[in-house]
Amino acid sequence: MALTLAEVDHVAALARLGITEAERQRLAEQLSGILEHFQALQDLDTEKILPTAQVLDLRNVMRSDVARPSLPRDEVLANAPRAQDGHFRVQAVIEE
Amino acid sequence: MADLTTLTAPEARRLLVRREISARELTRAVLDRLQAVEPDVRAFITLTADEALQQAGGADAALGTPGGDPQGTPLLTGIPVALKDLFCTRGVQTTSGSRILEGFVPPFDATVVARLRAAGAVFVGKTNMDEFAMGSSTESSGFGKTRNPWDLQRVPGGSSGGSAAAVAAGECLLALGTDTGGSIRQPASLCGIVGLKPTYGRVSRYGMIAFASSLDQAGPFSVGVEGSAMVLQAVAGLDPLDATSAPQAVPDYLAGLPGGIKGLRIGVPKEYFVPGTEPDVERLVRAAIAQLAALGAEVGEVSLPYTDYGLATYYIIAPAEVSSNLARYNGTKYGLAALDEPEMVRAMELTRQRGFGDETKRRIMLGTYALSSGYYDAYYLKAQKVRTLIKGDFDRAFERFDVLATPTSPTTAFRLGEKTQDPLAMYLSDVCTLPVNMAGLPGINVPCGFDGGGLPVGLQLIGRPFDEATLLRVAYTYEQSTDHHRRRPGREVMSQGPGVDGGVVPAGGAQETRR
Repeated sequence: MALTLAEVDHVAALARLGITEAERQRLAEQLSGILEHFQALQDLDTEKILPTAQVLDLRNVMRSDVARPSLPRDEVLANAPRAQDGHFRVQAVIEE
Repeated sequence: MADLTTLTAPEARRLLVRREISARELTRAVLDRLQAVEPDVRAFITLTADEALQQAGGADAALGTPGGDPQGTPLLTGIPVALKDLFCTRGVQTTSGSRILEGFVPPFDATVVARLRAAGAVFVGKTNMDEFAMGSSTESSGFGKTRNPWDLQRVPGGSSGGSAAAVAAGECLLALGTDTGGSIRQPASLCGIVGLKPTYGRVSRYGMIAFASSLDQAGPFSVGVEGSAMVLQAVAGLDPLDATSAPQAVPDYLAGLPGGIKGLRIGVPKEYFVPGTEPDVERLVRAAIAQLAALGAEVGEVSLPYTDYGLATYYIIAPAEVSSNLARYNGTKYGLAALDEPEMVRAMELTRQRGFGDETKRRIMLGTYALSSGYYDAYYLKAQKVRTLIKGDFDRAFERFDVLATPTSPTTAFRLGEKTQDPLAMYLSDVCTLPVNMAGLPGINVPCGFDGGGLPVGLQLIGRPFDEATLLRVAYTYEQSTDHHRRRPGREVMSQGPGVDGGVVPAGGAQETRR
């Protein structure tokens, strides 16, 4: 199963991943090879099999609703590429 | 004084408690050794020598308090430990092997780091790894390649290759790694040491930079089984900060080590001697299994029929989880950011283009594709269903057997660059380990000999959920009947390391030291 360059572009856009022309060509080729390998799964009849998302027999793990200290804001923002007035600063999303 | 860097963790513990050595002496010896061999091995991304000496000072104070009780100090007091660079360490850069996180300084400790701290460990540094733990050779790191201490032209395995190489080279006594598809067991095998992946949920994932959240698990590296039991004892158990950590009680792993394996039922899955398994690997693993029988275990063959589908299943599920987990690296909260691009979406694309390496990009693409509209059922949902079948294989095997025994990796350490251009060949390196993650089971690598070229070979033991105690006991019983764990990589292989105490040259020419 071959992945087309248009499909590579579509998936890269979904993943917000910039790729160069060389990467685009290489990814199409390498991913096609890997997807080819995945085809083997289609031979298995799994119609009556339930999916496994995780293996633990845990559900609805709750904790008591008690406030506890958060991380110090200054230390968190110290890692931000851009911060302003105690907030993360991002590019404008909505034009004026 | 003998070379302190060749001590195992329990040996060091005994000497520390008897005050025959100080924690500072031990840490200095390890740091000297590190300085001598690190230019060759390159196991670390960040060194924390000053903090280590400070912690060692604290350990000496705890051990030497007049009228105090050294025996009663926490188990790892004064023991030098290395941490894979994806465990968040308060105040110390944590990169997960990626340039996109260069300079990131976590404001908190991962739970496992906090627990090791509480147990008295001395942290020598953060080890190299495949970028975001994706790889089997540590070559996808954004911070250079780590070499195998047994042969500097070869990879240490991965993704926790830095942690494995550091322990094998004597740059620390213990290390912590993570294992998503084999990333502790495979490098332990390639570096000739013990590496344990606990049951999913046994150890908290809080503060561990995520790769694939339904598969990731932290665990120890050590020379000798006992060291891994010491680390697991310190880090295992429920953590309110990780909703997927398990409430099961933590047994006394050290107390459980002796006791032998008489009557224990050990299954040998026939599918795990895959085509491409090196003859020396098969021979030595089968010899180790025969040894387990000689030690009193009942050994029988078992079939895990869905094994062949493991690789494809894993390489859909893990990348799908990656594509989601790595969405957070968009230049907003931490790490690299394309500040030169004013348009938001374009800036995210550029940030990720510049910050991620080839393998990470490949897996993000693969995972995004498998989750995308029109392909979700055919790939992701299908893989989750096959995961159920793979888990069912193990459930049935454990009705008849207590432990399963297999090769850890089909090959010994391969050459640097040998598989970097062929992703599928690289992925095959984990074919014996990744089904264990999909079933959430514990697995351990224990050295079982050396191939014709003098490279270490590993035996993998797989256990029932939360039965690490039995795994450790089988591994310990086997180890005590062999001397593979006493063989260490030649100090002469690496630049003038101190403390050479009588090297011999084995058949293949790689140099070694027998203690």
